[in-house]
Amino acid sequence: MSEQVITHSDIKFQEYFLNMGPQHPATHGVLRLILTLDGEEVVGIEPDLGYIHRGIEKMCEYDTYRQIIHLTDRFDYLSSHMNNEAVCLAVEKALEVEVTDRIKVIRTMMDELTRIASHLLWWGVMGMDVGALTTFMYAFRDREMINEIMEKTTGARLTMSYNIPGGVMFDLHKDFQKDVKNLIAHMRKVLPEYDRLLTGNVIFQRRMKGIGTLSKEDAVNYGATGPVARASGISCDTRKHEPYSAYNRVKFNEVIETAGDNLARYQVRMQEMYESLDILEQLVDNIPEGDYQVAMRNLIKLPKGEFYQSVETARGEFGVFIVSDGKKNPYRVHFRSPGFNNLNALLKAGLGGKIADLVATMSTFDFVIPDIDR
Amino acid sequence: MSYFKKIFKAIHTLFQGMSVTGNYFFPNALTRKHVITCQYPEEPPVIFERFKGEVVMWHNENNEHRCTGCQACEIACPNGSIEIIWKWEINPETGRKKKAIDQHIYHLSMCTMCSLCIQACPTNAIMWSTNFHHATYDRGLLTKVLNKPGSKLMEGVEE
Repeated sequence: MSEQVITHSDIKFQEYFLNMGPQHPATHGVLRLILTLDGEEVVGIEPDLGYIHRGIEKMCEYDTYRQIIHLTDRFDYLSSHMNNEAVCLAVEKALEVEVTDRIKVIRTMMDELTRIASHLLWWGVMGMDVGALTTFMYAFRDREMINEIMEKTTGARLTMSYNIPGGVMFDLHKDFQKDVKNLIAHMRKVLPEYDRLLTGNVIFQRRMKGIGTLSKEDAVNYGATGPVARASGISCDTRKHEPYSAYNRVKFNEVIETAGDNLARYQVRMQEMYESLDILEQLVDNIPEGDYQVAMRNLIKLPKGEFYQSVETARGEFGVFIVSDGKKNPYRVHFRSPGFNNLNALLKAGLGGKIADLVATMSTFDFVIPDIDR
Repeated sequence: MSYFKKIFKAIHTLFQGMSVTGNYFFPNALTRKHVITCQYPEEPPVIFERFKGEVVMWHNENNEHRCTGCQACEIACPNGSIEIIWKWEINPETGRKKKAIDQHIYHLSMCTMCSLCIQACPTNAIMWSTNFHHATYDRGLLTKVLNKPGSKLMEGVEE
């Protein structure tokens, strides 16, 4: 019996495919990534979209401008208030309606509350993705305070539909100022606690530092916006560059990191929560008196033309492009959602790492799948 | 040396994190101080007055409502959750015909709670109720008729 010798040239190496999703818990929805793997190393990522496509842009063509708003809740449900605001601002811009200061301040405060809630959810879920289950519990505990503020004023916790063209639907609840002050005090106490729990942890640092690096050039090329682009050193905050609502009357810093890795994206979001608290603190005692709705016609007809308005959601720049032919329905509506472009950036940032790193990178990109696939 | 340094740092951060969780765990275990969960079926949840549960039509004690059958809510609804079946009602004294609702049908299963119908209503006939117990065994039970049987329009609403 001759001894069988296996040499290196006898072994066949080959790349293989692996489906990540559509029901993978780390994709937070029905995102399917077709991975090309060499061993455990990711050498190719291809997204397969369409699992939660609802055709909202087409549905908008059959709705009036008031009816579009509740559909925009269903893109990025974690920043639904900003999405609503984008449509309202576009309609107001087209009709050249100037809303009162009170409406502007209410919208800005609601935006920032939504942003904190969204970032809190991201923090909790991201901790869970890298293996720290406690973060999820803590983040949801604190997010509940914001949800209650929302529920008191708008009547809903997630899909609020609070903005209408020419104002907001209801006036603020009488407890609003007290609750927001409570929230600010509470968040200032727990955010350092979050840092002690997770940020400094060695295991967490090793999962984050230098992983999933997205260079500045790639971030520009792939059209990334929001915290993803700001972590790569691009100044792209719509609140700073094209201030809408009351953002021109508050002082806040645009958080920019230059490393472009997972830790940079993490730090940008953590710092943004502090900035949002600053904005809330400046506005909570200065809510001007006035009407919460500007009188508008019941059936809104936009003049002929094209109108674009972008807002900064928790994930990046959300834009609404309306083409109107003068009727009560828009001729065409296009939404520029931040998640779709950030997904393209992930395809670059996730290359070259391990599968487990891809999960961590994906959670720092903070995807909401209905936003990508609308 | 850096190897041991790393081990020491890892243990240090581990205890740092555990001091945060411990600060919540021990008071909770002893006094239930930080407990925020609500034991739902036993404890009633806190519902705020603006909560959007379902659309209801307000009736007074004489079984009268405020809906004139103008169909503004039906037009405002973005997804057809509201259907109004209306009829001609003949005034016995003057003999004039008047539009009135026969059935105000509300499909709760299609409603997205956008509040547009309530904003559109000129006579404040419909409003939100805070009821959130919507689960049923039959999908047909989610289609509701909002006006009560035998109800009629309240006097003086149309002026």
